[in-house]
Amino acid sequence: MDADTLRALLPLIIISATPVAVMLVLAFYRSHALTVFLVLAGLALSFASLFPASGLLPRMAAGLLVLDHYSFFFMGLMFAATFAVALLSYGYLGRKDIFPDEYYILLLIAAAGSAVIVSSSHFASFFLGLELLSVPLYALISYPRANPRNVEAGIKYLILAGTSSAFLLFGMALVYAELGTMEFPRISTAALFPGTDRNFVLAGVAMIITGIGFKLALVPFHMWTPDVYEGAPAPVAAFVATVSKGAMFALLLRYFTIFDIRRYGSLMLLFTVISIASMFAGNLLALFQNNVKRLLAYSSIAHLGYLLVAFLASGVLAAAAVAFYLAAYFVSTLGAFGVISVLSGKERDADMIDDYMGLAWRSPWLAGIFAAMLLSLAGIPLTAGFIGKFFIAAAGVDSSLWALVIILVINSAIGLFYYLRVIAALYSRRPGALAASPKLPVLGGITLGALSVALLWLGVYPATMLEIIRNTISRFF
Amino acid sequence: MILAWIIIVLLAGGLAAWFLARWDPLWARRTCLFALLLDLALAVSVFWLGHIETGAAGLPETGAWLIELNVPWIPQLGIGLHLAVDGLSLVLVLLTIFLGLLSLSSAWSEITGRVGFFHFNLMWILAGIAGVFMSLDMFLFYFFWEMMLVPMYFLIAIWGHENRQYASVKFFIFTQASGLLMLLSILGLFFIHGANTGDYTFDYTRLLGTQVSPSIAIWLMLGFFIAFAVKLPAVPFHSWLPDAHTEAPTAGSIILAGLLLKTGAYGFIRFLIPLFPDMAARFAPVAMGLAVASIIYGAVLAFAQNDLKRLIADTSISHMGFVLLGVYAWNGLALEGALMQIISHGISTGMLFMMVGSIQERIHTRDMDVMGGLWPDAPRMGGVMMVFALASLGLPGMGNFLGEFLVLFGTYRVSSAFAVIASLGFVLSTIYSIWMIQRTFHGEKRGGYRVRDLSSREMAASAVMIAAIIWLGVYPQPVMDTASPAFNGIQGAAKMQKAPDPVSGRPSKDARAKSIWTLTP
Repeated sequence: MDADTLRALLPLIIISATPVAVMLVLAFYRSHALTVFLVLAGLALSFASLFPASGLLPRMAAGLLVLDHYSFFFMGLMFAATFAVALLSYGYLGRKDIFPDEYYILLLIAAAGSAVIVSSSHFASFFLGLELLSVPLYALISYPRANPRNVEAGIKYLILAGTSSAFLLFGMALVYAELGTMEFPRISTAALFPGTDRNFVLAGVAMIITGIGFKLALVPFHMWTPDVYEGAPAPVAAFVATVSKGAMFALLLRYFTIFDIRRYGSLMLLFTVISIASMFAGNLLALFQNNVKRLLAYSSIAHLGYLLVAFLASGVLAAAAVAFYLAAYFVSTLGAFGVISVLSGKERDADMIDDYMGLAWRSPWLAGIFAAMLLSLAGIPLTAGFIGKFFIAAAGVDSSLWALVIILVINSAIGLFYYLRVIAALYSRRPGALAASPKLPVLGGITLGALSVALLWLGVYPATMLEIIRNTISRFF
Repeated sequence: MILAWIIIVLLAGGLAAWFLARWDPLWARRTCLFALLLDLALAVSVFWLGHIETGAAGLPETGAWLIELNVPWIPQLGIGLHLAVDGLSLVLVLLTIFLGLLSLSSAWSEITGRVGFFHFNLMWILAGIAGVFMSLDMFLFYFFWEMMLVPMYFLIAIWGHENRQYASVKFFIFTQASGLLMLLSILGLFFIHGANTGDYTFDYTRLLGTQVSPSIAIWLMLGFFIAFAVKLPAVPFHSWLPDAHTEAPTAGSIILAGLLLKTGAYGFIRFLIPLFPDMAARFAPVAMGLAVASIIYGAVLAFAQNDLKRLIADTSISHMGFVLLGVYAWNGLALEGALMQIISHGISTGMLFMMVGSIQERIHTRDMDVMGGLWPDAPRMGGVMMVFALASLGLPGMGNFLGEFLVLFGTYRVSSAFAVIASLGFVLSTIYSIWMIQRTFHGEKRGGYRVRDLSSREMAASAVMIAAIIWLGVYPQPVMDTASPAFNGIQGAAKMQKAPDPVSGRPSKDARAKSIWTLTP
């Protein structure tokens, strides 16, 4: 491995070194503020190191990782999202009676795992990244362990994630047994080789999809989502909803594009069915939720269904649509969970719709931000989600996936209903269950402010982001 | 740049009002008043600037843009900030500002809670509507089209009456879902145009004349049709309207009836027919059928109401049916009639809603069963209500009569059957209007009310509106002169398209539908 490759690996090296550094500091001195500062500095440094390293792309590292603009774009997205989660966690954990420091170590390891996933080009690195991401999450979800709800959610996630990993490994083994390679690019060529048993490969791929589908919470692998979202601390739920899913989706998009999924009718059919089922199940089940976190969980299932529409459209435009939509979805989801984190108290999270009754008249800014995030998830103009949905619809129409696009439209309309329910509660004239004017923590306020600016920026002037996507994602195709 | 300023002033005025209301609600109202007056000045100045730019004594003959702004916005996707006005747009923008002032005046005493946020929403709806009337980029158009929904939702959901949650959500979902169908059509058009010419753009002027095969064109056209028909609204897409109008606060009802519905009509005239002239021609009998059904059905619905506000809301369905009929008749007379109807209906229905608002403010009910005999207490209120009820029933000398008459006149040339059935609307509207006045102001006094008469502020607003509606009825020429070049231009744009389907070989079936278009004077 030469010096240039090492330099190109710098973002990954920094994100892996930061938790070690934090751990060492913790051995000597425990201070919540210092820990957070180090974590933020590490994340910022990893993010910043993407820029000097981007001149050295693309290259392979050790046959396991592919470093190109595609992976760098998503790494940047993951780091930025983790940064926001860390900021939100500071106030959230500060209000609880627990040692907060180890939380951040776990968070950083998970972020490193997501960075490995988006740059993996080999089953080994993929699995490594996946476990790096999943194992810390078991602990993160049940971090406030005095609360049985958290522990329950953690165990639920542990069992199901373990099972899905087993499926994934089995699928990888099947593919390897038939094709004799574990490198993604070779798999796609080897699969076309005459004499390979395609059914064998497809069975393996189907099992891999099961594993991935679990992480992405696609129907029918979605059962865990509402319970885990509800039980997890709000910032962790935000992390699960964004970084964990986003990394997986980036990988899925990259390799099924190389694989040229359109050649495999059965796979197309499979993903079409999954997409439709996710959209309908997510939106219809969200209609009946009184818990905001569960509602967001179901809505995230639906959003992954929308993303699959663009995924199925496959092409340069579709990839750009996925990248933009993920960015928009990250901002809105982080913002929505951010508001929940900020409002959550010592005992429990502010997760019932009743908690938000009339919030707009007590703290108009917070309610405004929450409403904006929800409207973005619903895809209303001036917000990032609108451009994202527009983009996905464009990709679908471009590939003549009319049926899927029309189902997307129907689902958007269904989705509106439950987002509006929360917004109606925010602006309701009745006073709510939550105590009088919550005091906005400084860091949380800044984070939410920044996320709102990003939301409006992406929604009103998306040209900047599109230019970035064109220079990164589109180069891959 | 003036066009952008018209929108920016409204947006900024709304934001300023929101903040100022924390110190003094009165300043929020004054800020909005100032912003609207400034906008009025800007819009009127467009009229004169247009004269200067073209150098002609009158407006350009063929409907060239009076003033235009075209800067890139999202160049990667061929999206630009393309704003332009011709006579038609200008008239509608002026109507927007005018009714904005009326709704501001109605809210002056009615809205006392959360004043800042109310005015923010009010101004942002107006900005969205003005944007719809001015945008020439399909994406931008869709952007504004959807942008006005959120503040309207808030207006109904927060300041509305008893059943406001249901009404606001229904309104939002109807309009949003239909809008998304239009988005699909826009995208379809975008990609077809791009594939045909290599020019991927959302610019309306370049999308005009896109060759679309009929089997696809029908679907694209339907996407637009549903979006516009929901907004208009035409039967059977009307069911959101009575709820939304009834539950909205007075200012909201005025904007809904006066402006929001008109964006649908505008969409038909500016976008649907010029983009798909042949398909629209084939579809015309269906659309006109729906229009006639709306006219009759809306009027019949109005009979069944005890709720005064709901009655007026239902009459909107009937009156907007005339607009749809006029648009699909697609000749000069009918289009001018449709425009007259758009303006007059905006004013007369806006005023009727304002009167209902005043009544409700005083006696806290909209139920006509407990009204009656209000006249002796409030003769001025009764007089104003009478004037606009007469306007709404189509009394000659007022704008509404002219609008409906021209529409019928234009329609008769195309299809006498539709014209004859539609004229029944005149009869029905006479009955329900008179009956409405009878039940509220005349007869025995049923509630023990002492009703305060209109204040001088309300009287002043009413006087302006009465003058406007009579002016429109008696001397509509300035409006016609402003708009007719635009109509010529739009009709020209629609005609420029060649028949896309020379191979279909079914001329006999098309001939009848086509004749609707060839008969235009």
